Amino acid sequence: MLTKRIIPCLDVKDGRVVKGIQFVGLRDAGDPVELATFYDREGADELVFLDISASHEGRQTMVDVVRNVAATLAIPFTVGGGINSLEDMKRILRAGADKVSLNTAALLNPEVITEGANYFGSQCIVVAIDAKYDEGLGSWRVFTHGGRNATDWEVTAWAKEAVLRGAGEILLTSMDSDGEKSGFNLALTKAVSSAVSVPVIASGGAGSADHFYDAFEEGKADAALAASIFHYKETSVAEVKSYLKARGVAVR
Amino acid sequence: MIGIVDYGMGNLFSVSKALERMNVPYFISSEQETLAGADGLLLPGVGSFHDAMNILQETRLAQFLKAQAVSGKPLLGICLGMQLLFDSSEENGKTAGLGLLKGNVVKFPDSNLKVPHMGWNKLRFQQASPLLTNVPEEFVYFVHSYYVKLASEDTLIASSNYGVTVPAVVGEGNVFGTQFHPEKSSEVGITILQNFVQLVEGVRV
Repeated sequence: MLTKRIIPCLDVKDGRVVKGIQFVGLRDAGDPVELATFYDREGADELVFLDISASHEGRQTMVDVVRNVAATLAIPFTVGGGINSLEDMKRILRAGADKVSLNTAALLNPEVITEGANYFGSQCIVVAIDAKYDEGLGSWRVFTHGGRNATDWEVTAWAKEAVLRGAGEILLTSMDSDGEKSGFNLALTKAVSSAVSVPVIASGGAGSADHFYDAFEEGKADAALAASIFHYKETSVAEVKSYLKARGVAVR
Repeated sequence: MIGIVDYGMGNLFSVSKALERMNVPYFISSEQETLAGADGLLLPGVGSFHDAMNILQETRLAQFLKAQAVSGKPLLGICLGMQLLFDSSEENGKTAGLGLLKGNVVKFPDSNLKVPHMGWNKLRFQQASPLLTNVPEEFVYFVHSYYVKLASEDTLIASSNYGVTVPAVVGEGNVFGTQFHPEKSSEVGITILQNFVQLVEGVRV
């Protein structure tokens, strides 16, 4: 039985984990390797590192982070943020990441999905989608540039297109739910998960363990990602997993 | 010394990093003369079976790997690398494999299950093997869209269930394969890699 995956997400800027992380007992909470190891021990099934560096130097530093994480971690990890070309993918994957996540670049130049999939295989290529409900559209609209710019794409249409072009997985963030801690957007997650044949990671809105249960059972997600509730120790990966297990969800 | 076969397909980096963590000496090479010096060979791989076999044929690494396996050198194929050990695959048209193990690579049957089979699935042991020493029947990390239909259950060491029985660890004599990624399967996977390394050292002594 394939288990549902729980994936903590770490924001990395200029080689350091940022966005208020409250860990007790870690020497240096900003060190990506130390935090990755911590989540690995807690039972995280995968990790996502989001590179939010603004500068070229920051992005170069990210390659070193990837190398150090890969040297320590024996679970899969994905790197996203600022990956625009096959060259960018090569740099990150050769440093030891297992997957790269494409967002804005995939929308601006969908061919980059195919290039990556042809070169590394679909299983290395995650397409991240930021979506927000649009009354006029009667569905969710896809946004680029961290949610700043609207596109013409309806979310399930874009997800299907991305998979057709070679995406092996979809990382779906609900802009309406993100940061609200009121639960994943179940209707959105279900719509996308039912539309594509590849696994879908639900993201945005996790506030408690039962939200993960809903994402899997009602949202039909294959994995669920969260940042702040893990970082702020509102719950832990281990707690979420034991809750899910008690309710009959297959977890590792 | 472990030789990782570099034929230009896929992610050699995660498996080499795993060997580094284990302090196991290794090298990566695409040269037959260099690889011939290894005590055991690792055949990794992600991507398409058809493309991989084309490269192995063009570079004559296919013949070389067969000869090495026949000579008794331990060989471990990982993921696509395991599938390449078999007779053929139906991925992108029928392609002949290395034929070191008996069976064919086929697509998952249509069902409501997602393909690729991606994530952590539980091992179920089918027969004793040196690769399973100190390994618990626990979860390992899979990513694949095709699976092996074995010609004989004799080669099945461990399986997982994903709608069908997925051969997870296979082996016969000195030729082994894992459909999952041991280098990404936490301690369970590292133990399996360690067992392979021990087996290589045992053969060398």
